[in-house]
Amino acid sequence: MPETSAENGEITVETVRHLAGLSRIALTDGELDSLTREIDSILHSIAKVSEVAVADVPPTSHPIPITNVMRPDEIADILTLEQALQNAPDAADGMFRVSSILGEEQ
Amino acid sequence: MDDLIRMTAAELAGVLASGEVSSEEATRAHLDRISEVDGELHAFLATNHEASLHAARAVDARRASGEKLGELAGVPIAIKDVLVTTDMPSTSGSKILEGYRSPYDATAVAKARSAGLISIGKTNMDEFAMGSSTENSAYGVTRNPWALDRVPGGSGGGSAVAVSAFEAPLALGSDTGGSIRQPAALTGTVGAKPTYGGVSRYGAIALASSLDQIGPVARTVLDTALLHDVIVGHDHHDSTSLNHEWPSMAAAARDGIAGESLRGLRVGVVKQLMLEGVQPGVKARFEEALALLSAQGAEIVEIDAPHFEYAVAAYYLILPAEASSNLAKFDSVRFGLRVNPQGGGTVEDVMSASRAQGFGAEVKRRIILGTYALSAGYYDAYYGSAQKVRTLIQRDFAAAFAQVDVIASPTAPTTAWRLGEHAGDPMQDYLNDATTIPANLAGIPGLSLPIGTAVEDGLPVGLQLLAPAYEDARLYRAGAAIERIIEERDGAPFWAQAPSLAGITAGKAAL
Repeated sequence: MPETSAENGEITVETVRHLAGLSRIALTDGELDSLTREIDSILHSIAKVSEVAVADVPPTSHPIPITNVMRPDEIADILTLEQALQNAPDAADGMFRVSSILGEEQ
Repeated sequence: MDDLIRMTAAELAGVLASGEVSSEEATRAHLDRISEVDGELHAFLATNHEASLHAARAVDARRASGEKLGELAGVPIAIKDVLVTTDMPSTSGSKILEGYRSPYDATAVAKARSAGLISIGKTNMDEFAMGSSTENSAYGVTRNPWALDRVPGGSGGGSAVAVSAFEAPLALGSDTGGSIRQPAALTGTVGAKPTYGGVSRYGAIALASSLDQIGPVARTVLDTALLHDVIVGHDHHDSTSLNHEWPSMAAAARDGIAGESLRGLRVGVVKQLMLEGVQPGVKARFEEALALLSAQGAEIVEIDAPHFEYAVAAYYLILPAEASSNLAKFDSVRFGLRVNPQGGGTVEDVMSASRAQGFGAEVKRRIILGTYALSAGYYDAYYGSAQKVRTLIQRDFAAAFAQVDVIASPTAPTTAWRLGEHAGDPMQDYLNDATTIPANLAGIPGLSLPIGTAVEDGLPVGLQLLAPAYEDARLYRAGAAIERIIEERDGAPFWAQAPSLAGITAGKAAL
């Protein structure tokens, strides 16, 4: 597939391929193409946040300021092994079972 | 039994308390209604008649034994599928969670159950609450009972339709950028987004944790308030849950219905929330509502909130950033869909194939966008800037609430649009949320209630009220007063004008 850089945009198919890898989503070539266009267009619409985000404005990460509080570390709300595994796609011997962690080349 | 389904929750609670009607009868009437109309509407993703009727009989038995029960005991409630429940599957509208059974109840659900409410089904929604039409559900669209070819709004289209179409008197919703308020507007119902942290998010399948808020959905302001009182309160399971002594919202609503609470109320109209391209019939109803408020002695004050125009942009950076992180848990290991790629592969290949098949297009779009916004080199320009905009919007609200008691706006710039009409242009739906998003960015409470229909299409128009953080009760007091003057204008409650759906083809019942 040819490298299609969106007009005036910084988002390319390669960028989206990289992001999809980070996000662990296997995208088809068709999805890569359409997402490149869409993400680029969305970013053009939302990049204006930097117009007003000047240095002396503090960022807000949380809408209502609250202070961290400590509580005793008490064991509570325990799931049984059966409950913990009841939705597992695959399990064996009381554990989640997955395919190999490392590929052959690793 | 038609009259049972057309009662408000408060009325139904009255006949349940007096013993005229049993919870089993009320629950059965609503389940029958679902069987009758939901084949066409598709508000529900799951029902469980046996579990619901069992719960109803248990409440009846407790009442018969003389136990003192909560005001809403025995009243049926529909639950947005974003909330996990033990009696029915919980999917958040996604194929990746098809068939998922939670080992525990979300706190809002647990509180509803312990107040004696009867869970009668899980409602449809945009996948992981990403959308404003419910068309992004992996399980098919929900239709608006006011016009079956129209969307119900979203993401909580299912909960809004459930109450609008008399399938349930009450429902739970979640509001990240308007997902309770906007569907309420589009279906002629009432919905509230509480102050952030007012209601526990424990057991709500997270979309954007700093924006998500669980809230009540109903046909009247009082019913919404009654449900708010049931679910509000601190929960040690949610570290952002507020430890606050909340006043009774129902008392505020009753005060609003009875009193002269609009006299002297300062109502702000924010220039920036009067969007370009607002539908004429929506604008007309909004202006009419302001005139009714003035006639009741309220003072209308024009407000400038210069940073609101950046709200949508900030929201569509913060939400995808938080969502991309929250949705990383769907890794095909502990729960959810697992797809094994042809010829096998490592756990990472399995994960990528599972997420590729299990997530819909809008979910993939937002995960990719969020991952980009959080990338090294772009973080400051995008996510960092969006967080600063959040501060600026909070300051705009603080300045506004120094001058007014509540802010009023149309809840949505248009009435319900046709199914498929916005397909292919994600930005159009994003921009439509401009009226509701600022409240989520600032954490303040909001309420939508119907104020009439638009002249050009006969579809419901919603009024949004906003108040400062912790002042949820102010919304119910003012909202109930406005609802009363709308009812006096029309000679009937707004919900009574909803189509009866008599003669709707009895399609297949919800599973």
